[in-house]
Amino acid sequence: MKQHTLSQLIKDQNEKKAVALATDIDIGLQTLVYDNTAIGPDENNEEIQQIARQAMRDDRCKIYEIGGRRIFIEVFNPSLRMLIVGAVHIAQPLSRMASVAGYDVTVIDPRASFATDERFPGITLNGEWPDDGMRDLDPDRRTAIVTLTHDPKLDDPGIEVALKSDAFYIGALGSRKTHAARVERLTAAGFSETEIARIHAPVGLSIGSVSPAEIAVSILAQVTDVLHRKADTEAIV
Amino acid sequence: MVDRNVASGLSQDDDVMNQAAAWCKAGKNVALATVISTWGSSPRPVGSHLAVDQDGKIVGSVSGGCIEGAVVTEAMEVMKTGNPKVLEYGVTNELAWEVGLACGGSIHVYVEKIE
Repeated sequence: MKQHTLSQLIKDQNEKKAVALATDIDIGLQTLVYDNTAIGPDENNEEIQQIARQAMRDDRCKIYEIGGRRIFIEVFNPSLRMLIVGAVHIAQPLSRMASVAGYDVTVIDPRASFATDERFPGITLNGEWPDDGMRDLDPDRRTAIVTLTHDPKLDDPGIEVALKSDAFYIGALGSRKTHAARVERLTAAGFSETEIARIHAPVGLSIGSVSPAEIAVSILAQVTDVLHRKADTEAIV
Repeated sequence: MVDRNVASGLSQDDDVMNQAAAWCKAGKNVALATVISTWGSSPRPVGSHLAVDQDGKIVGSVSGGCIEGAVVTEAMEVMKTGNPKVLEYGVTNELAWEVGLACGGSIHVYVEKIE
């Protein structure tokens, strides 16, 4: 790898710019492929670029046979994101654990006494009302959304925007009873059964969690499960 | 067993790329190893990185620790020749049997010099 290729990869990662590195693994030629352009020896090879762009959409690194050559396509997408509604106690360990697991975490809560840097050191805070905050952050298929306020006034607007997005995971804190009431409200708001079924509630895997940190573990475990099972299913198709 | 060629954890390897770049800047010879395919129960997904400098310092990993030593030896060779190499480790490979992928999977690792 050329030093300037490495520097460019690092620069792109810092700027959260998606890029794929196409390497001819027999001779070492390397081309950087972006959404609209490419730089390197294969910058005019349409087939490689097409495959690399699809790999970026699929978030998948793989070796391909292209024109009799073995090309390894390595995808460098920006980090996965986790948007947490509610700067509550559980959000404190969850935001930290998710950061360690590689997520770019934002906690959304308009209540200034909850969403403080003292409670969330190093975590991005968004003080908008959850629907506005969520809309601004524009969740995509590489985003997980977790609502934790336990207050329909705050959780519901966030969930409604989440349900209209491609977020790969939507989880909502609350008991079965709380969720049943939530389902009624969302149905009344015009969401279909299939749409509402995207919500994981009660949130997290059932592992007997008691403390906020343990609940955070169960949530992060479920997010991980959904992320990789989804990818595996897509791989089989 | 499903191949886990998911790139979701790549940001975790930021520190490997940054360290590799820092070594280069300090004038060291550096090689980068990348997992390019896996089969069975390999501990690290495709896209995992390990960087090695000329003094044998390493950052990152390409397995749970089972083949790192062998990869570092190959990386030193690649640093000298400048020619990239594809290494294979797995249950069917006699050498790999010696260095041992205890997990019973197999992986291909691409090793290249950063120049």
